[in-house]
Amino acid sequence: MEIEDIAETPAPQEIDQETQDAIAIDRAKGDFTVPESHEFDAGVGLNKGTIDYISGVKKEKDWIREFRHKALDVFWSKPMPTNWATKDLDNIEFDKIRYYLANATRPTRSWDEVPDDIKETFERLGIPQQERAFLAGVEAQFDSEAAYSNVKEDLEKQGVIFVNSTEGLREHEEIFRPYFGKVIPTGDNKFSALNSAVFSGGSFIYIPKGLKVKQPLQAYFRINSENFGQFERTLIIADEGSEVMYMEGCTAPKFETATLHSAVVELVALKGAKIQYVTVQNWSANVFNLVTKRGVAHENAEIRWIDCNIGSRLTMKYPGVVMKGEGARGEVVSIALANDGQHQDTGAKMIHAADNTTSNVVSKSISVGKGISTYRGQVHIPKHLKGCKNNTECDALLINANSQTDTYPAITVRGNQHVTQHEASVSQVSQEMLFYMQQRGLSEGEAMSLAVNGFVNDLVSEFPMEYSVELKRLIDLEMEGSVG
Amino acid sequence: MSIIIKDLHAKIGDTEILKGVNLEIPKGEIHAIMGINGSGKSTLSKVIAGHDDYEVTSGSIEMDGDDILELDVDERSRNGIFLAFQYPMEIPGVSNANFIRATLNARLPEGEELDAVAYYKDLYAKMDSLEMDRKFTARAVNEGFSGGEKKRNEILQMAMLQPKYCILDETDSGLDIDALKIVSKGVNSLRSEERGFLIITHYQRLLDYIKPDVVHVMYDGQIIKSGGPELALELEEKGYDHLKPANA
Repeated sequence: MEIEDIAETPAPQEIDQETQDAIAIDRAKGDFTVPESHEFDAGVGLNKGTIDYISGVKKEKDWIREFRHKALDVFWSKPMPTNWATKDLDNIEFDKIRYYLANATRPTRSWDEVPDDIKETFERLGIPQQERAFLAGVEAQFDSEAAYSNVKEDLEKQGVIFVNSTEGLREHEEIFRPYFGKVIPTGDNKFSALNSAVFSGGSFIYIPKGLKVKQPLQAYFRINSENFGQFERTLIIADEGSEVMYMEGCTAPKFETATLHSAVVELVALKGAKIQYVTVQNWSANVFNLVTKRGVAHENAEIRWIDCNIGSRLTMKYPGVVMKGEGARGEVVSIALANDGQHQDTGAKMIHAADNTTSNVVSKSISVGKGISTYRGQVHIPKHLKGCKNNTECDALLINANSQTDTYPAITVRGNQHVTQHEASVSQVSQEMLFYMQQRGLSEGEAMSLAVNGFVNDLVSEFPMEYSVELKRLIDLEMEGSVG
Repeated sequence: MSIIIKDLHAKIGDTEILKGVNLEIPKGEIHAIMGINGSGKSTLSKVIAGHDDYEVTSGSIEMDGDDILELDVDERSRNGIFLAFQYPMEIPGVSNANFIRATLNARLPEGEELDAVAYYKDLYAKMDSLEMDRKFTARAVNEGFSGGEKKRNEILQMAMLQPKYCILDETDSGLDIDALKIVSKGVNSLRSEERGFLIITHYQRLLDYIKPDVVHVMYDGQIIKSGGPELALELEEKGYDHLKPANA
């Protein structure tokens, strides 16, 4: 037996201890709070005064204040989408939520200046450690505002902008205003309107022409307060030929009352640019997570959404790509895990708006116990285009008889000069499969977790390695917690 | 040191399948159970392993002096019981190497992990003796395997886990003669004073390659006759009918 033989079959990629410690975030780790102390508090409920308060605290220009007020009117005028979505939405009590809570309106650039409680929170979540290990820039949002924001100096010198929404609109209006609210108009849906009215925090990013940012930029969204709504607003502009990977993580403690998280994320990939947007969501089971995400890909540009949804009470999220320029590519790779009592209503929207555009959707969902997974997909290829391609694959895994999965694909293809493929499958982790694994010594939780990891295996490899390890850990914890 | 089964009764739903099984498998011995379809052979193997579908209504199973009936499937496994399945399950997306590694890790104390280099060295050595291609490690467990490959994989897992008691449920079914020889060689190499075997089979053929110490005949949920290896030859020659109780 030569030792060289060992190299033949690669062992699963090992990563060093520092990185492993840095990414060791789990559900239990997220389940804590620090005492609330808010210098800025918009109070409970939503009215014009709430908006004036937020706008005032942020010292916003009039056009932003007006944008918010108009959005509030749109929000009130739009019905809940309960005609097609779950009735659970009616359980959101908008008048009992707090819409803006912050300690300071500006983030610091040094962890040393972050207030102790908040700093400790992010240390427990491993954020400063991750920053040191593998990130190009970090923004750490605590309730409504970022407490910390920093980007590596050399990137800043090369013209990278990585700030929160307030600063983005104030300091770099000429860059961001032309795209702000253009990819996702206020009235896109009720929750995009709500976000447009009360948005705070999030990341505004600009990558200059031709710059390929090697390490990821990361934002971490932390909810600490009860009866609270987090409404971050993100806008990423990748200028011609540039490349960037952005990753977001999120946690909240488990409260008795419902928490609302409703973000709007707009991406703009100009000619030949590439944006990868990676989400690893780990919300606690009381969070309504209602997020609108869409990108516009110009000529030969590429936008990839890599989206992992674990946790939350209800997630509704359908990342989209509008392929506006010839040769543009859009992709959504998503994993959703709906445990007992959770509903993952996710999917993708692919809008082909130019010739020779290509989209790919790969979705895998896992339903455990009474968990519900729903896939909603929309692919639109109009008649006047030619040479468009779409591939859609949706696979569902059911673990035990109570779980539920629904697939609603809508593929609208007009004209005959296009190629589309759609595949869907539903499989089960059978009792016999669990018996087989348990007979080899794995506990029921370990067996389920292995089955789930096997099911998502090919997608997990799409995640950056640091995140795929975290993802696997989250799945392990989730499955072990699901064994009664 | 042995597995001792006394007056074991077990049912699935309302149907009683095991109707008073008595059996002792000491370490160091190979016992074979033969019998026609539906006699309860496979049920016996699943009940020893602890399958949930079967309810033990009376009787006992002891392993090395301890009652194991209250233990879960995975605890029995970690305590040393291995069942080679008649129909091994497929686990999509989970590689053989990762699966076997997980089963070994499950035997280590909390927080300890297998040494990867030593593990692969051991795995490859055992695969070589079972004439398994190295590519097996990267393939998903049993997915797209031929019948013979699945059975070899069962023996590989058995060799890696080093159980105290091995139960082989119709491991010979679906094997051609070459595969049968390789599988038998694998089993024989595990033969030890520290290990007991229970081999369930329809046919004498397997017993040409794995020499049993004791042969039992199972019929209608009971063991109706036990003897030496010659009993298997007798069955092959005369069939099961002459052993049936007169009133059956």
